[in-house]
Parts: sequence; C-alpha cells; structure tokens
Amino acid sequence: MSLTTAHSVVAPSSNAKLIAGTIIIAYALISIVPLLWIFATSFKTPPDSIAYPPKIVFQPSIEGYCNLFTTRTRQTPEYINSLGPATGFCDETVRKRNMVIAGPSNFLPRFVNSLIIAFGSTFCAVFLGTLSAYGFSRFKVPLADDLLFFILSTRFMPPIAVAIPIYLMYRELGLSDTALGMILLYTAVNVSLAVWLLKGFIDEIPREYEEAAMIDGYTRLQAFWRTVLPQATTGIAATAIFCLIFAWNEYAFAALLTSGTAQTAPPFIPTIIGEGGQDWPAVAAGTTIFLVPILVFTILLRKQLLRGITFGAVRK
Amino acid sequence: MLDRTADNVARATPEPLAKKIRGISDKGLAWLFISPTILLLLAINIFPLFWAIYLSFTNFRANRPNEVVKNLGLANYRRILGDQDIWIAMQTTAHFVFWTILLQTVIGFTLAWLIDRKFRGHAFWTTIILVPMMLSPAVVGNFWRFLYEPQIGLFSYVVSFVTGIPPTNVQMLSNVELAPWAIIIVDTWMWTPYVMLICLAGLRSIPEYIYEAAEVDRASNWRQFWSITLPMALPFIMLAVLFRGIENFKMFDMVNLLTGGGPGSTTEVASITLKRQAFESWRTGYSSAFAIILFVAVFGLANIYVKALNKVKQR
Repeated sequence: MSLTTAHSVVAPSSNAKLIAGTIIIAYALISIVPLLWIFATSFKTPPDSIAYPPKIVFQPSIEGYCNLFTTRTRQTPEYINSLGPATGFCDETVRKRNMVIAGPSNFLPRFVNSLIIAFGSTFCAVFLGTLSAYGFSRFKVPLADDLLFFILSTRFMPPIAVAIPIYLMYRELGLSDTALGMILLYTAVNVSLAVWLLKGFIDEIPREYEEAAMIDGYTRLQAFWRTVLPQATTGIAATAIFCLIFAWNEYAFAALLTSGTAQTAPPFIPTIIGEGGQDWPAVAAGTTIFLVPILVFTILLRKQLLRGITFGAVRK
Repeated sequence: MLDRTADNVARATPEPLAKKIRGISDKGLAWLFISPTILLLLAINIFPLFWAIYLSFTNFRANRPNEVVKNLGLANYRRILGDQDIWIAMQTTAHFVFWTILLQTVIGFTLAWLIDRKFRGHAFWTTIILVPMMLSPAVVGNFWRFLYEPQIGLFSYVVSFVTGIPPTNVQMLSNVELAPWAIIIVDTWMWTPYVMLICLAGLRSIPEYIYEAAEVDRASNWRQFWSITLPMALPFIMLAVLFRGIENFKMFDMVNLLTGGGPGSTTEVASITLKRQAFESWRTGYSSAFAIILFVAVFGLANIYVKALNKVKQR
C-alpha cells in the first residue's frame, strides 16, 4: 500500500484537516515518548535514571553502554589507586564508582547469536518460500488450497504449546541450545509467512513472461530463474525483511529453548542487572542497539508493511 | 561444429525423451519446489503436535525422563476442565483479549479515519505512529516495567502529575486491580497502529463516486459515515480483529516480562499458565493436554470467525 497516493475524499474542509492533523500529531508524539525515553535513559548515569522527578534534562554519559558491554567488580579505593592510569573512557567511568572492569559481558555474543539466527532462518525461509510460492502460483497442485491452509494453520498454535514437544525433540536430537536448532525452528515459523506473501507477489507477475521465455527455448527452470526471480526481487526483499524482523524480535521460543551458547538478545536484555536491581541505563542501551536495525527496516518497508502484517490478505 | 552435432542429436530424439533432457516435467518440478517446505513443517510442526497429543494422554514429566510413563486416557483433559486455576486463566485471557481488541479497534479506526482527511504531512506522521508495532514485544515490554515503576517511572510520574495521586501510590504492576490494565495499556500502545493500518486500507478502498452520489443526495456527513464508510470498511476491521484476536489469545512475551503473570495470578493469561505448568511444575502431560485444548479453541474460533467474515464480504 502507499501512504502518499491520494484519492481525495470529497474534499475535507481545511478546518477538518487542521483538527485531524492536530489529533494525529498529538497521538504520534505521545506514542513515541516511551521510545524516546529508552533512548534518553541509555545516556543517563544510573543515579540520574532513577531520580525523582524523572529527569528530562541531564548530563549525557555513556556509562550505560560501558556497563552493557562489560562486567565489573567492586574494589577498594586503595586497590584502584594501585592500578596504573585508566586505559579508556569506560575504565575511567567505572573507577569513579569504585569498580574495575572484570571482562566483557555476554551482550556481544548474544547479539551475534541474534544476527546469525535471524539471518540464517530468514535465508532458509525465503529460499523454501520462494520455491513453494512459485509451485503454488504456477502449477496445478492437487489440494493446493488445503496445503496452503495447512501451511498457514501452523501459525495458530501458541508458541508455548509448540515449545513443549520441540523441547523434548531437541533434547533427544542434541539440538537444544544450538543455533542450528533455532534456525530450523524460526524457518518453520517464517516459511508460512514467506509462502503466503511470495505467492501474492508471484501471482502478480504475468505468466506471459515465462511463456515467452519458454517459447524461446528456455526450460521451465531457466524461465523461473531468468524471468520470474528478477521480477520478484521487491517481493522477495520485502518478505525477507518481514522474516528477519520476526526472527529478530522473537522471545518465547528463545527464552524456553536456549539458555547459554545459543541465547539471543531478547531473553538476555531483561537479565542485565547491576548492583541493587536492574541496571536501567545498561538495559536501555542494549534495547536501543537492538531496536535501531528494526527502525531502519520499518522505514524501508513502509510501502509493503500492510501486505506483510496481513499475510498478503490486504495488498493495496 | 560440435554444437551443431549436439543440436541435431537433440532434434532427432523422440519428443518425451527430449523433454527429459531439457528438464523435468512441470508436475515433477511442482513437487520438487513444494515438498521441502511441507517436509520441514511436518518435521518441526506436525510431528511435535502429534507427540504432544500422545503426551497429553500420559503422566509424562520432562524433568523425570526415566520414570515409567503411564497411560491416563482422558484424565488430563478431565482434570483441566475441572481445574479452577485454568478457568481463572481463561477469564484473564478473555478480559485481556476483549479490552485490547475493543480499544485498538476504536482508537485504530479513529486514527485511520483522521489520517484519511489527508492533512499535510500525514504520510510522515503515519510512519511515526507505525513504529511501536514493529518492535520486539519482549524487549519493549521489559522496558515498560521501568516506565511503570512507582515514583521514578515516567508513566507513574505523569499519572500522579495529572491526577494528584501521590507518586508512590501509582503501583501499576503490583496492584491487583491495576495490573490487568497495565498489560492492556502496553498492548494497546503497541498494536493500535496495526489496526489503524488495516482500517486505513479499508477506508482507501471505498470508491469516491459513492461519496459523490451521497453528496448529490444531500446525505449528511453523519449519515455518510454510518451508511457508507463504516459498512464498507467493516471487512477490513474484521480482518484486523481476527489477526489481533489470534495473536492476543496466544500472548506470552510482553506479559511474561512485564508482570510474569503476577501479582499472584491476576495477569496470568493462558500462555503463562501453560509455561508455568510445562516448564516450572514440569507437568508435561497435563500441560500438553492444555496446549491441545488451546490450539483447538483458537482453530475453531478462527474458523467460525472467517466464515462470518466471508459473509460480510459477500454482502
């Protein structure tokens, strides 16, 4: 769908436009406050983050980011003084709180896991999805509607319900807490979206292109490769981004089926704690880093958004 | 030279064989393309589903894999239907689904209707409004815990500022009365844009000539809204309700991080109960039976609903 093309409703008066505009802008601003607050909190010091009343103006600090990427231990001032000069900005910040950096935190490996699992599963889901979508779109498949409905129906199951037998199955197969296991699982979840979306996109490509190519001597496979795929690039890209966003944001499976080596960022971020409870600036910093890619993708996807969120049911 | 020879050979080959050389048949290709997806879904979705059905008739516990598994017949199902906690969880889920859908539909449709006035810059502001629904419900839900903190949380501060209630008394997550609304607020904040986007597509699908005809007939704006806008956008609204209904019936991530089902079990929606039974009490057989019941419920309700939706569409 496009947000800009105008079909002018029997022209709303300029007064109506003004009122509508004001309400929409007010809603947009209010709804964006929690996100701005996450961003602001990531640049606060821990004391500033829990100040009363909440601080809107504050001295920015990258302590939250330092805490996100490191683990620290409390030391006596004498011990800290006996160390050499601080080696970096984070080192200096931490020492002011009578702490010493003990090593890197788990955030980076968890973030890398998220990248590997999200991209791996997206690639597989889009690959399988493109093939199936082409199959359903161009060939007379027996029971096609039933198969398509079957593919969609796998989405009706609550993730926890699926997680129980998957947990047992993965334990038997040695796939628990592995990236491969998570990639397989996310591929299975995403492939239903990919098939439905891509079938819509491929249906829109005229058959005449392939038929012309096949008359010119291409085989069906070559025609698919040389004429359909290039035409479907936009659809494939949009589908890939939707799969990527799902896999990136997924929490339920990740929280239940991974605990260590293959844990992704969503179950990890809430576990970031400092001394005396949740370290909110560090959590906010992790959240900010985690959300930025999605913001970029949302803007890229603007025009395909509607189609993606409705499994291709609404296309305009 | 060599090329031409090959060409001649191909031309001389009988038709069916030539087809084989050029490539596999369409039918073969169709199955080659579709079967990997079906196989994957069978392995990762259907096989586990049947396993869960099997387990639901047993007393199996995943934390004691070596114990003898007894067949209990329908005992798990009977116990679930008589379990007070399960019914409370279902009520909590119903409360959550009902209010989130009502609020999201009303607010979402209103926003879409306002955006359709096409004021300057509406495309930009629409994109801003859409942002929350793209984010991870878990990661953002977790951060709402901070916004809800009494006193230091921004939400509590704003509420106490506006209403004059002392800031330490705005206990959104630990108050039994307020906690169910705390999760409804976050869900509404996240997913209203979703309903809005679908409603907007509905509003834009209404052909302009209908409004022009209504103008000619001197139908009032109010009349136009009730007789044209709402009925014509209804299939879209119903579609949005379907998608949100299924998703919220399954709701887990946001609630798990925001309240974990608490205080007590006031926000314990079905998926949280399922998680507690399956992964904390390790009653694998019992929770499998509950999972099957939930699945059948979603599936059944969605099917009935889609039938209703198709009827509205055909009108």
